[in-house]
Amino acid sequence: MRYAMAVDTKKCVGCSDCVVGCQTENNVPIGYCRDWIVEVTDGTYPQLEIEIRSERCNHCENSPCVRCCPTGASHYAEGGVVLVTPDECIGCGACIASCPYDARYPHPEGYVDKCTFCLDNRVKKGLDPACVSVCPTKCMYFGDLDDPNSPVSRVLKKRKWKTLIPEAGTNPQLYFLI
Amino acid sequence: MREELIVSGRMNRLIDPGLHIWHWHIPLYLFLGGLAAGILFFAALVTIQGKADKYPAAARLAPFATPILLSIGLLALLLDLNHKLYFWRLYTTIRLESPMSWGAWTLMVVTPLSIVWCALNIRDIFPGWDWKYPVLIRLEKFFKQNLLTISWILLVSSLILGVYTGILFSAFNARPLWNTSILGPLFLTSGLSTGAAAIVLLSRNTAERHYFTRIDLMLIGIEIFLIIHMFMGFLASTQVHIEAAQLFLGGPYTTVFWLFVFSLGLLLPAILEILELRGFSMPHWLAPVLVLFGGLMFRFIMAYAGQASRWLY
Amino acid sequence: MDIFKYLYLFIKTSVDMKTTRRQFIKISSLGAGGMAMAASVGKWTNASELIEKLTAGPVSLSRTPTYCEVCFWQCAGWVYKDSKGNIQKIVGNDDDPHCNGRFCPRGTGGVGQYTDEDRLKTPLIRTVVDGKATFREADWDEALDFIAVKMKDIAARYGTECVALFTHGSGGAHFGQMLKAFGSQSVTAPSFAQCRGPREVGFLTTFGDIIYSPERTDIRDTRCLVLIGSHIGENMHNGQIQEMSDAIDKGATIITVDPRFSTAASKSKFWLPIKPSTDMALLLSWMNVLIENGWYDKEYIARYAHGFEELKEHVKKYTPEWAYGITTIDPNVIRRTAKEMYDASPAVIIHPGRHVTWYGDDTQRLRAVAILNALLGSWGRRGGFYQPEKASVPDFPTPPFPTPKHKPTDAYKGKYNLANEVVSNGICDATIPTPDQNCSFKAWFVNGTNLLAALPDQEQTIKAMEALELLVVIDTMPVEITGYADVVLPECTYLERYDMLRKSGHREPNIAVRVPAAEPKYNSKPADWIARELAIKMGLEAWFPWKDMEEYLDWQLRQIGSSLDEMKRIGVKKFPRKHDDLYFAPGEDVAFNTNTGKIELYSTDMEAEGFDPLPVYTAHEEPAEGFYRLIYGRAPMHTFSRTANNPNLTELMDENTLWVNPKVAKIWDLKSGQYVKLKNQDGKVSTFSIKVRVTERIRWDSVYMVHGFGHNNKKLTRAHGRGINDTELVTNVKIDPVMGGTGMRSNFVTFITDFEAMGKEAES
Ligand SMILES: Nc1nc2c(c(=O)[nH]1)N[C@H]1C(S)=C(S)[C@@H](COP(=O)(O)OP(=O)(O)OC[C@H]3O[C@@H](n4cnc5c(=O)[nH]c(N)nc54)[C@H](O)[C@@H]3O)O[C@H]1N2
Ligand SMILES: Nc1nc2c(c(=O)[nH]1)N[C@H]1C(S)=C(S)[C@@H](COP(=O)(O)OP(=O)(O)OC[C@H]3O[C@@H](n4cnc5c(=O)[nH]c(N)nc54)[C@H](O)[C@@H]3O)O[C@H]1N2
Ligand code: SF4
Ligand code: SF4
Ligand code: SF4
Ligand code: SF4
Ligand code: SF4
Ligand SMILES: [Mo]
Repeated sequence: MRYAMAVDTKKCVGCSDCVVGCQTENNVPIGYCRDWIVEVTDGTYPQLEIEIRSERCNHCENSPCVRCCPTGASHYAEGGVVLVTPDECIGCGACIASCPYDARYPHPEGYVDKCTFCLDNRVKKGLDPACVSVCPTKCMYFGDLDDPNSPVSRVLKKRKWKTLIPEAGTNPQLYFLI
Repeated sequence: MREELIVSGRMNRLIDPGLHIWHWHIPLYLFLGGLAAGILFFAALVTIQGKADKYPAAARLAPFATPILLSIGLLALLLDLNHKLYFWRLYTTIRLESPMSWGAWTLMVVTPLSIVWCALNIRDIFPGWDWKYPVLIRLEKFFKQNLLTISWILLVSSLILGVYTGILFSAFNARPLWNTSILGPLFLTSGLSTGAAAIVLLSRNTAERHYFTRIDLMLIGIEIFLIIHMFMGFLASTQVHIEAAQLFLGGPYTTVFWLFVFSLGLLLPAILEILELRGFSMPHWLAPVLVLFGGLMFRFIMAYAGQASRWLY
Repeated sequence: MDIFKYLYLFIKTSVDMKTTRRQFIKISSLGAGGMAMAASVGKWTNASELIEKLTAGPVSLSRTPTYCEVCFWQCAGWVYKDSKGNIQKIVGNDDDPHCNGRFCPRGTGGVGQYTDEDRLKTPLIRTVVDGKATFREADWDEALDFIAVKMKDIAARYGTECVALFTHGSGGAHFGQMLKAFGSQSVTAPSFAQCRGPREVGFLTTFGDIIYSPERTDIRDTRCLVLIGSHIGENMHNGQIQEMSDAIDKGATIITVDPRFSTAASKSKFWLPIKPSTDMALLLSWMNVLIENGWYDKEYIARYAHGFEELKEHVKKYTPEWAYGITTIDPNVIRRTAKEMYDASPAVIIHPGRHVTWYGDDTQRLRAVAILNALLGSWGRRGGFYQPEKASVPDFPTPPFPTPKHKPTDAYKGKYNLANEVVSNGICDATIPTPDQNCSFKAWFVNGTNLLAALPDQEQTIKAMEALELLVVIDTMPVEITGYADVVLPECTYLERYDMLRKSGHREPNIAVRVPAAEPKYNSKPADWIARELAIKMGLEAWFPWKDMEEYLDWQLRQIGSSLDEMKRIGVKKFPRKHDDLYFAPGEDVAFNTNTGKIELYSTDMEAEGFDPLPVYTAHEEPAEGFYRLIYGRAPMHTFSRTANNPNLTELMDENTLWVNPKVAKIWDLKSGQYVKLKNQDGKVSTFSIKVRVTERIRWDSVYMVHGFGHNNKKLTRAHGRGINDTELVTNVKIDPVMGGTGMRSNFVTFITDFEAMGKEAES
């Protein structure tokens, strides 16, 4: 099993519902976020283009944050999802420094937190991650890459996509449809 | 014009707008670790070479500082942790891929060794010292008999510690400035250099001082070579590495680096050391203090600038 | 009624009211009065709680149905509470056609409307302490007595008609009932003359029907969507954005006309970067191209339309080349986009927009939009405009309302005869006594509308309020308007109350229920309770014969074969359509509700009122040297000024920014991130400063900001002083003579960069 997510930059409007949705679903404290929206505008008026991306932890297959964690708090869970076990985490910050995407943050409680792909509280119960399920444009797809019929497999087959900083060698599992 | 914005107001503390997860703790910890590694390395080295009596500051006096240096370093590390109560988790697992784990365990080996080393030499400092308990006396005897083995262990583990101070950073692919394999040897060299400088500072004997001054001069030479090499490497690499190097070549860290680290911490002490060896008379403490200062600054600047360097996407 | 009690209260009231009237009181001068603070901050306490939080799944939570009040799309959803009974999240109801199970960011962040610790907490009455106007805390009984006494006095001295209700949102039904029972029909909302009025009148005069809310646009199945200024994607009206996304998936062509590279423009096949205020020229030239090339639905026009020949003749002169000179849009692009629309027709939507009060000739512009749709045959067609149907639910029976001496429209007699709703600014103007005014209002109830942000020309609004004898503001937050009130009544949020059923029309008739998920916080109360209690105090209990909303709703629901219990379980109920008329049947004869019974390309209504029966192009004011047109719009994560203090949503955006083209930035040496103040053509300087965003996304002749920021009440701790309130710079208002709409985009601003030197007093 290999969980992955795809975000359609052609449909995403940057509304940030995925950010609030994650916050209320996962009790992310006010002032922090597990996902965020990047908007890139290129060109000169009126020859312009915008790419909008809803970003979060890439659940990298070759993930530096898991590698550098001294306690094993950061680990691969079911389906390759990268998780942090709060009471194994010493808050050393190594994983934060190691993530090329700045996807992690120090939770006010002390441990390091980040996107979980909603594995335990939703995905294992057969639900989509919160951000995917609230998105009004339905521009996010989630599922098992090993299952050719999962929404994410299907859309990746159909569309052109990219990942972020492939040259960092992390092998991200968050795909952007372009 | 290209405009790149985070439009969802992201402002995670210590991460945004720029990474600032590590403050003074980590660079201090790395500096002290490197310094202790340097001192212990030379202590082990001269002992193995059988020159312990010839270089007493290196073999016996300077190592007395190392348990303190290492403890302060560990304390700094502890203070840096955000989830301190779970500190012990570091020692429930060994994770070879994690430099942090590596460092924690290396310190676990080196710190007791440094204490043992001090214990073995305590009579040199306090001639009237008495171990009181027979167990301790027997232990001392055991260690004395195996001094050579211990020296070898110390030599290797101090080298590991020295390299580790650099690897901790260089393992971070995510921060282009740190992401160079030169950082391990560079920080090791710098650690050895500060170790040598500490010995020079403590030594009361001209021969020893000159011996370690010569060693230091050589180490400074290697360091300068490695630094130039590092920048050439960056400039010949990808855009993000070029940008990382630019932090020091016109960017915000240019002045501090070239003034404090390169000029005051490397060039000037090297010149002073050459002059000293040529017989010019000058305050003996000046060059080694500058080396120590430069070493400390170097760790700080690399820690801060490294966090400022990032991949763009 | 105890006459002595009233006498006593009357005297007390007069004492309280002897202040400099309507001088703005900062509610900050008031102690929080030992009110319990929301415990939302110290959420994270111990590890076991943490584990609980991490493992608590949605399934184990209890849920209550609601419909969202953060904007007027009214999506139905579920409020989930955690095991401790705290409201944790709100998600859409899968059965709801307004939202299809997905809320927009504001709806999801609606939790923050409830948790906001800056909320109004208890009734406040204006009073004088040491010669200074201030508010004192009061209990409900006293506050409502105060109002009842004043109302009776006003009724006795001026007549019941002299009271008006400004309302936006669910509370309108309750206060409307109270006001009508009292004897006034003057109920008005900013959603007409400041918002969608011109389009409703434009379409009414053309098709004999309006667009409604939710819009009857069949975006889901359209093949070509034309957005004229409508910035769906930033304008987050949920169903529209969802259906637009579906349409993108299905490969529909999107054409966006906007001087700004809006989010929608970035999703479009064609973006027409029009010179602001010139849309009419583009619309006329599109008609010209369609007609000249025969690219219109000939059968549809022949069967349904009135006045085609006149139109054809009329638009002959409006060639794309003519329009190019005005709009700066390449004539070839005008032709290509016209062809694109025709190729998609009738599954094409020239979107009527929603906030359309721009330049004062807005009804005419929307008539042009309606005519284009008629030419393409999209009205009554799949992928064009469908016929919505409402669930028919009877109201709880009450006696007929008294007939007032004046109709609301008497306030602006002889004007705006085609307006199909009450014109808010008409009521506002009629409050300022003038010699020829036969009905100047003496009391206002203002519910859920921050008139200082919603109505342009703040000076006029303030002048009107100064002429009042009683101003009651019912709100949830200490917004600007509360500072002018005699009595401030704190309503609880929508998550803490019942309200009337939602029963707006849609493809399928449906209803949704709102049930409180939590007890009202602090000393706040729901509108239905406030209105009923007040009515009882005024002796109007006959019009409120129900005990409470539970009884009201249950009665109502039982008439249609449901019950409150059932609705609590399902939240939304759909009904089969009574009429099979979602779209016109092929060749069907349709009677339109116009004078001619046809689609009036040539409007007989307009002609009768002395307006152009066919839309014509008029040039509008342009910025002077060094000035830029102030245009404004929506940010997806905020609703006007009502979310500016919401803790969840301010985290996403806590101030508005000023979009400035790089060319303009260069001239003025402006950098992104720097703060500037703005001065408009009338010399009005903004109270606060705004952060510059240098971006290619805006034309060089305009600047852009999101409406709803720049709050001046310090009690709004997250919103105070953040950004600029565009409304204060809208002093040049272009009234639409057809329906009274307030055109707000003829205001021009210039930058003040050295405002620090001017002193910061204004900001305190
Ligand atoms: N300059 C300018 N003016 C505009 C616009 C613009 O874009 N620019 N837009 C126009 C448009 S399209 C519209 S529709 C109007 C909107 O005008 P309004 O609806 O008046 O908009 P808001 O400024 O959000 O004011 C809403 C008020 O309702 C309060 N409120 C929120 N929830 C509740 C509740 O449950 N109960 C009660 N009692 N009060 C509540 C809020 O605290 C706030 O004070 O503004 C119009 N005016
Ligand atoms: N997130 C969010 N969504 C909302 C609301 C909200 O408060 N927040 N409010 C809701 C309400 S009540 C309404 S009425 C709607 C309003 O939403 P719309 O009907 O979409 O509002 P407009 O004012 O037409 O849209 C503003 C756009 O018009 C463009 N514009 C400015 N001048 C001109 C011009 O001269 N010509 C053309 N072609 N374009 C121009 C601006 O650049 C901007 O992109 O939004 C609704 N949706
Ligand atoms: S909710 Fe969907 S459309 Fe909105 S920003 Fe997130 S991914 Fe984009
Ligand atoms: S994105 Fe960052 S945190 Fe997530 S798995 Fe990759 S390296 Fe780790
Ligand atoms: S902060 Fe926690 S998760 Fe991250 S590397 Fe350190 S122990 Fe591991
Ligand atoms: S997958 Fe879950 S945790 Fe990750 S961003 Fe989405 S909602 Fe948040
Ligand atoms: S569109 Fe958003 S804010 Fe408006 S009612 Fe729906 S969920 Fe609420
Ligand atoms: Mo509106």
